[in-house]
Amino acid sequence: MDLFEYQARDLLASHGVPVLPGGVAETPEQAEAIAREIGTTVVVKAQVKTGGRGKAGGVKLADDADEARARAQDILGLDIKGHITHRVMVAQASDIAEEYYFSYLLDRANRTFLAMASVEGGMEIEQLAVERPEALARIPVEATTGVDTAKATEIVDAAGFPAGVRDQVIAIAVQLWDTFAKEDATLVEVNPLAKAPDGTVLALDAKVTLDENARFRHAEHEELEDTASADPLEAAAKEKDLNYVKLEGVVGIIGNGAGLVMSTLDVVAYAGEEFGGVKPANFLDIGGGASAEVMANGLHIILSDPAVKSVFVNVFGGITACDEVANGIVHALQLLGDEATKPLVVRLDGNNVEEGRRILAEANHPLVTLVDTMDGAARRAAELAA
Amino acid sequence: MSIFLNENSKVIVQGMTGSEGRKHTQRMLSSGTAIVGGVNPKKAGQSVDFDGASVPVFGSVAEAMKETGADVSVIFVPPAGAKNAVIEAVDAQVGLAVVITEGIPVHDSTYVWAHAQGGSTRIIGPNCPGLISPGRSNAGIIPANITKQGKIGLVSKSGTLTYQMMYELRDIGFSTCVGIGGDPVIGTTHIDCLQAFQDDPETEAIVMIGEIGGDAEERAADFIAANVTKPVVGYVAGFTAPEGKTMGHAGAIVSGSAGTAQAKKEALEAAGVRVGKTPSETARLMRELVGA
Repeated sequence: MDLFEYQARDLLASHGVPVLPGGVAETPEQAEAIAREIGTTVVVKAQVKTGGRGKAGGVKLADDADEARARAQDILGLDIKGHITHRVMVAQASDIAEEYYFSYLLDRANRTFLAMASVEGGMEIEQLAVERPEALARIPVEATTGVDTAKATEIVDAAGFPAGVRDQVIAIAVQLWDTFAKEDATLVEVNPLAKAPDGTVLALDAKVTLDENARFRHAEHEELEDTASADPLEAAAKEKDLNYVKLEGVVGIIGNGAGLVMSTLDVVAYAGEEFGGVKPANFLDIGGGASAEVMANGLHIILSDPAVKSVFVNVFGGITACDEVANGIVHALQLLGDEATKPLVVRLDGNNVEEGRRILAEANHPLVTLVDTMDGAARRAAELAA
Repeated sequence: MSIFLNENSKVIVQGMTGSEGRKHTQRMLSSGTAIVGGVNPKKAGQSVDFDGASVPVFGSVAEAMKETGADVSVIFVPPAGAKNAVIEAVDAQVGLAVVITEGIPVHDSTYVWAHAQGGSTRIIGPNCPGLISPGRSNAGIIPANITKQGKIGLVSKSGTLTYQMMYELRDIGFSTCVGIGGDPVIGTTHIDCLQAFQDDPETEAIVMIGEIGGDAEERAADFIAANVTKPVVGYVAGFTAPEGKTMGHAGAIVSGSAGTAQAKKEALEAAGVRVGKTPSETARLMRELVGA
């Protein structure tokens, strides 16, 4: 889960990382009040989970509270790369003497953590890594030993931080690790880490990604979830514990197992090319078990998507054999009753497939078409949606 | 031969007394796996009845290994306890630890991986279906009755795509099918399996199934080009996955321009791997290669 900047800032601050005073506002009036309290020039920043805010007009300076209100008025509602701005952060503006970069992240390829640091902050780090890789220190961090003052010193010296800020950055490096490890983050990135004219080092902007698998030991992370801008279907699916992602197309997809469902989306998109570019409407993995109740919940979500024109149910009967899956589909359609209005193409394969197909054929539901192969079923579903 | 798991494997189950553990222990036993014990410190000394077979419960992995000679542990312990369970298996020096558990925090997996370095345990998973050497042994949750012993080796990030591919090629059969798991940090990679299949005389050809996220497939492609002489066919899932969305598996995410299916497909093809557009086409490519 990616956090908004203001959430990341608060999280860092709670682990002792120095940040500037500020707050988050959902209305121009709230922005004005925060600016009044800060009492200096402020920066008003759009809170969206994407880059390039500055260029899109989502970051503005304001000399006083009235101007902060006006700038918030401009920025709230702004569409930045498809992300609507619902909140702005109002923070004390800081003059910047120097800009640095510091991050911890998961290094999948090496199955370890990685500290990255540079005294050339401010720019996009991907760009720096390509253009001047020697300016970006990359130091592996073992999960078993973490970052103490000695490790932090190694990172800070590898990046060549100047003597005047070295001790401050070492302390911040330890605090950032504390955030990364204790909050179960997979990314903590400060860019820029800035030196103010008085020599103080501060985290001016931050990105934090939290591991949702660690939710069982971080009940407090639940309130960081952005329920306001979540897709309503995704929110409804989440409530039912369904693994659902809304996409742009018109063929609703249900399958069991993440890999098989991803594959199903691809096969539908290929088949859809023949019918003018028909695409899948969603990702929905109902898991290896595929019980009738879960099938009904899944169908309910998909059939309530107005974009869906046909549904492709693609199940491989492994742990749950095909006859049980077939009974599940029949039962789910009974549970849904009149709500089931769109054609369903069902492909079953695997254990007990003959019995599964027999059950579906016998039920003879007017909306259900049974197709033997995954490729053939995808084609039929795409055709029905075209 | 097979890889990692054979008819002599003696298997214990950590988390055998929980509902998932119990269900799948029954399935493993039914498919002929030598399940020699379970581990649960609270139920040590008891035994669990599986359709006539009585399986003893031990207080620790070390004790179970000492009493039974077990060399494989299959782990069903829920996420909150999984880290300690795997560490216990590693510290007891079990040869193979198969971690089925889904939803383990990546800080825990990364810790376990670092802890296991220099030790003698191969970890498979987490968030995987385990592995099966058909007709010999089954460590995990892969359905045993899909296919038979044969000459194809299969390595896959996905459970159901593994089953699908086993089913498509069921008449040819498999030496070993390994589900390596869909998490960002896993114990056994595509490369580890490719190396083992290359060294296994029974395996004549290899199917490799990948999906979006990370760069494991790209690195596997480099490895194939340099080290694998047996024919390999590939499949990659997730061409239509949008950027920044996790697709079911914790590791299945396209971040910016990294981890796309297209890049993985191109890397594999550049290494001489024939990549199918769909699972069925991939199976057809394999049939052409092995002439069946």
